[in-house]
Amino acid sequence: MIRIAILALALLASPAFAVEPDEVLSDPVLEGRAREISTNVRCVVCQNEPIDSSNAGVARDLRLLIRERLMAGDTDQEVYDFLVVRYGDFVLFKPPFKPSTYALWLGPFAILFIGGVAVAVSLVRRPRKPATKILKLNAEEETALAKLMEQDKTI
Amino acid sequence: MKQLLFALPLVVALVIGGFSLWGLSGGRDPSALPSMLISQPVPQLNLEAVEGVDLPGLSTDELTKMKGIKLLNIFASWCAPCRAEHPNLTRLAQEEGLTLVGVNYKDKPEDAAKWLAELGNPYEVIGSDYSGRAGIELGLSGLPETFIIDEDGIIRYRLAGPLVGDGLRRFTEALNEVRK
Repeated sequence: MIRIAILALALLASPAFAVEPDEVLSDPVLEGRAREISTNVRCVVCQNEPIDSSNAGVARDLRLLIRERLMAGDTDQEVYDFLVVRYGDFVLFKPPFKPSTYALWLGPFAILFIGGVAVAVSLVRRPRKPATKILKLNAEEETALAKLMEQDKTI
Repeated sequence: MKQLLFALPLVVALVIGGFSLWGLSGGRDPSALPSMLISQPVPQLNLEAVEGVDLPGLSTDELTKMKGIKLLNIFASWCAPCRAEHPNLTRLAQEEGLTLVGVNYKDKPEDAAKWLAELGNPYEVIGSDYSGRAGIELGLSGLPETFIIDEDGIIRYRLAGPLVGDGLRRFTEALNEVRK
């Protein structure tokens, strides 16, 4: 019984969230949007964490700010733009597609394409030999082989 | 043509290797965020004075009216690197004839007053940013940060981190660049 209770409690445990109760908006729709935005925004202090799960002071400030903007009637895009103006594209986990990021977005496909072309070229240019061609030993080789086999027997 | 094709992997490896070398050398810090405010005017700030400190608050309008090159330093009494850079900041303000303005970030006024009384106060004005909102306007990621603002009120440089060692060297270079 105790074991089951412990197991049940262990399964109930959920990851600790950084979002504190006093930050949560009463409107579930707005709160949902705020959470969605928060998961896409990088914390500028602890750089590989979204502000949604960061406990840094600046992250909390940004979460509150996002909610404030949403309450004021901003669209999601306007909120992102507000942050990008101040912190740059770096705050977005997904960098926008624009001239300075073309290499980032298209680079992998370009490399894949070059690789594909290289494979295709090498396949086309490979001389078409029959896969297997039975070659017989000539008389000289036959005698050499027989000799070797004979030697083996004596050992 | 065939030889060229054979050289391709080598070329690709060299390009990638060269790029990596470039990224690792020259003191480039991949986690350093470039400020979005370079070549921009100072964002609209209207910060109250710090209670207990006998200096006016900081507003962007007043800041742009000030003559010469201004340094805007964001500090707090709880920030250890701020303490480390304080003598250098004081020297820059006193000996180089620059106007130093401060933003006291998320600090209790009494702590800030005590800190300034202990270390000396090189600032002309200090605005209190208790909420941290001005910090966001300035794209703050950590304390301390120092901006160089030219005669026309345009931000020319931002140093994230204390004005000591390598940071001080880069900052001085940038300052000389602005003075030209």
